[in-house]
Amino acid sequence: MTKSPVLILGARSDIGLAVAHAYAAQGHPVHLAARNAGSLETRKTDLELRHSVPVTLHEFDALELEDHERFADALPELPGIAVSAIGFMGEQGESENSPAAAVQVLRSNFEGPASILAVLASRFEQRGSGTLVGISSVAGDRGRATNYVYGSAKAGFTAFLSGLRNRLARKGVHVVTVLPGFVATQMTEGMDLPEKLTAQPEEVARAITDATAKQKSVVYVRPVWRLIMLIIRNIPEGVFKKMSI
Amino acid sequence: MRGLSGWGNYPVSQAQLLAPRSEAELKRLITESPSVIARGNGRAYGDSAVGVPTTLHMRHFNKMISFDATTGLLVAEGGVLLGDVISAFLPRGWFPAVVPGTKFVTLGGAIAADVHGKNHHKDGSFRSCLDWVEVMGPDGTVRRCSARENSELFNWTAGGMGLTGVILRAAIRLRRVPSAWIRQQTTPAANLDAAIEIFERSADATYSVAWIDCLAGGDKLGRSLVMLGEHAGLQDLSYAQAAQPFAIPRASRRTVPPVFPSFALNRFSVRAFNAAYYWAGARKAGRQITGYDSFFFPLDALLGWNRIYGRKGFAQFQCVLPLDSARAGLRALLKAISAAGQGSFLAVLKRLGPQDSPFSFPMEGYTLALDFPVNRRSLQLMQDLDRITIAHGGRFYLAKDSRMSRDTLRAADPRAAEYAGMRQMSGLHPSFQSAQSQRLSL
Ligand SMILES: Cc1cc2nc3c(=O)[nH]c(=O)nc-3n(C[C@H](O)[C@H](O)[C@H](O)COP(=O)(O)OP(=O)(O)OC[C@H]3O[C@@H](n4cnc5c(N)ncnc54)[C@H](O)[C@@H]3O)c2cc1C
Repeated sequence: MTKSPVLILGARSDIGLAVAHAYAAQGHPVHLAARNAGSLETRKTDLELRHSVPVTLHEFDALELEDHERFADALPELPGIAVSAIGFMGEQGESENSPAAAVQVLRSNFEGPASILAVLASRFEQRGSGTLVGISSVAGDRGRATNYVYGSAKAGFTAFLSGLRNRLARKGVHVVTVLPGFVATQMTEGMDLPEKLTAQPEEVARAITDATAKQKSVVYVRPVWRLIMLIIRNIPEGVFKKMSI
Repeated sequence: MRGLSGWGNYPVSQAQLLAPRSEAELKRLITESPSVIARGNGRAYGDSAVGVPTTLHMRHFNKMISFDATTGLLVAEGGVLLGDVISAFLPRGWFPAVVPGTKFVTLGGAIAADVHGKNHHKDGSFRSCLDWVEVMGPDGTVRRCSARENSELFNWTAGGMGLTGVILRAAIRLRRVPSAWIRQQTTPAANLDAAIEIFERSADATYSVAWIDCLAGGDKLGRSLVMLGEHAGLQDLSYAQAAQPFAIPRASRRTVPPVFPSFALNRFSVRAFNAAYYWAGARKAGRQITGYDSFFFPLDALLGWNRIYGRKGFAQFQCVLPLDSARAGLRALLKAISAAGQGSFLAVLKRLGPQDSPFSFPMEGYTLALDFPVNRRSLQLMQDLDRITIAHGGRFYLAKDSRMSRDTLRAADPRAAEYAGMRQMSGLHPSFQSAQSQRLSL
C-alpha cells in the first residue's frame, strides 16, 4: 500500500525536518515547503537516501498570503497530512519597542500559518479526508511578561486550530494541535533551558506521528506541561500580576 | 561552560559545547578559538571528545550525501550515526564493513578512533572501508585525503582522535549481506588456554569475540564464552525469517534509572552476575540464529547503562598484547584482576589481526577490555594493569582511556611521540586539543 504524502510547511526548521524524517521513515512521500527551498536540496537527498521515499521541494513563504492558493494548486498532489512547523519567536524586547517587529512575530505565528491551513482545510474538506497538524506552543496558554507577543500569536493559532477542528470534525478531516514546551532547536539555542523539561525535535516529531495515527486532538509533547500550564492558567490575575515567570 | 565528560562520566571537565550548523560557522569557530576538539556522539569513555574549553558538537552535520548501489559506497557527513547507516541500508542488503560494540557512534568518531569490530582479524579496522575523508584544518581549509591523495593526513586522521582537524565528510564502503540475521556459534572455554585455542582455530570465522569471566581464578582463570558469527544466508533462516530477511522484530528498549544505587554494584553481585552469565551461556552453547542488533550491539538495548556505575562514573581498561606475549600477558592481567577482586560486568577478549597504520590502536594479537567503577582501588589496579601491559609489549586504546599518564603512553607506544612531533611541526597542535591530548601531551 502506498502511503499518503505529507506536506511540511516551514521545512527548514529543526522541528519541521524532524517531522519530515519521522514520516519518511514510515514510508510517506514528503513535500518540503520553505522559503528559499532550493537550499534544501541536500536535505532532500538525505531524506531520499535514508528512507527511500520521494521528496519534493516547494517555494513557500508563510507571509505571502496572496500566494497561498497558488502554492496549494502547484503541489504535485493534495497531501494526506499537512504539518505547519512555521514559527518565529523574535525578541520580546524588540517586539515591545518596535511595532513592526511585533507584527512580524504575530504574522509569522498566527496569520501566516492560519492562512495556509485554511486554504488546505477547504481542499481537505472537499475531498472529505486528511489531517492538518498545527504546531502551536504552551506559550499560548497564558500571556507572560517575558514573551507575550509570541504567546499571544500562538494563543490565536491555538484557538484557530480548535475552531477548525470543530468545523471539520464531521467532514472527515482531523485537526491536531501540538503544544511543545521547550524544544532544543536553533530558535532556542543559547537559551538556558531546564534540561528535564526540554524535548528534542525528534520527540516532537514522534508526538506528531503518534497523534495523527491515533487521531488525538491536543497533544502536549511532554505530558508534564499539561500540568504546568494548568497551574499557570489558574493563578488568579491579582497574584499573576506580581509574579515574574 | 558546563561539566562535560565522555561515556564513562569520568573525568568531568568544564567545557563549552558549541554546535555549529554550517561549514562557515565551523570555520569561524576553529579559526577564532584558541583550541577546539570535535565531539561525535560522546561514546568514547574518557575525555577525548572534551575540549579545553571549546568542544564542537558535530550533530548538525548529519546528512547522507550519496550512495552507489553497485559498489556500496556511501558518502555522508561526519555526524551521521552508524545506526542511521544501518537503518537506512540494511533493509536494502548493506551493512557497514566494520562496526564497534555500539551503533551510536558517528562516522567522525569511528574514523577518529579508527574503531575495530569483531572482524578485525579478517577485515582490519574502520579505515579499511574508508575511501576518503574530508578534514577541516586549522585555517578552515577543507582537504580531501585518502590512501593516495594527501595520504599523510589520511594516515594520521584515522586513529588520530580528532587531533588532525574536524572530519566533515567521508566515503565508506558498505558490504552486501544476505540478511539481517547472524548465525552464531557459542562455545564455552574452561580457561584462557582453551579460549585462545578456539580463537586460533577460528581464524576463518568472520566475527569472533569472547566474553570472559575475569573473577574466576585458579585453573578456571580466563573462563569464557567464545562467540563466532556469520551473516546468515536464506538457507539458515526459518521460513518466516527468510520471507523477510531484513525485517527483525524490534528488541525492546530499557532505560536504566538515572542513578543506579551503588550498593547494587559490589564484588559479590559482580561475581554472581559473571558466574550466572557464564553458566547461562554455557547451557545455551551451540548454534543459534540471532538478530544483528543483539549480536553486535547487545548493550545498546539498555539505554543509559553507563549510569549503573553511579555518580563517580567508570573507566575502561583496554589494551592489546602482541601475539607472542599475549598468553603470558593475559594470564598476568587476569591474575591481577581476580586477585584484586575488582570484577567487571563487561570483560571482552578479542583476537586482532595485523594493522600497520601510524596511530591506530590495533596490532596483531589479543585485546582485553574491562570496565571498573571509578574508585581509589580500581584506579590503583588499572595502574598495575598498565605496567603488566607495557612489560608484555602491549599498548592502550585511547578511545577508552580516561586516566593514563603521559609517561605510560610514551612507554607503551613510541608512535605517540612521533604523532606529537608531527602535530607540532604541521601547526595542528595549537588548534586542536582535547582534555585527553593535554593529559597525554599529544
Ligand atoms: C558500549 C560501547 C562499545 C564500544 N565498543 C567498541 C568496539 O568494539 N571497538 C572499538 O573500536 N570501539 C568501541 N567503543 C568505542 C567507540 O567506538 C569510540 O569511542 C568512538 O570513537 C565513539 O564515537 P563517537 O561518535 O561517540 O565519538 P566521541 O566519543 O564523541 O569522540 C571520540 C573521538 O572522535 C573524535 N571525533 C568525533 N567526531 C569527530 C569529527 N567529526 N571530526 C574529528 N574528530 C572527531 C573526538 O575528537 C574524539 O577524539 C565502544 C564504546 C561503547 C560506549
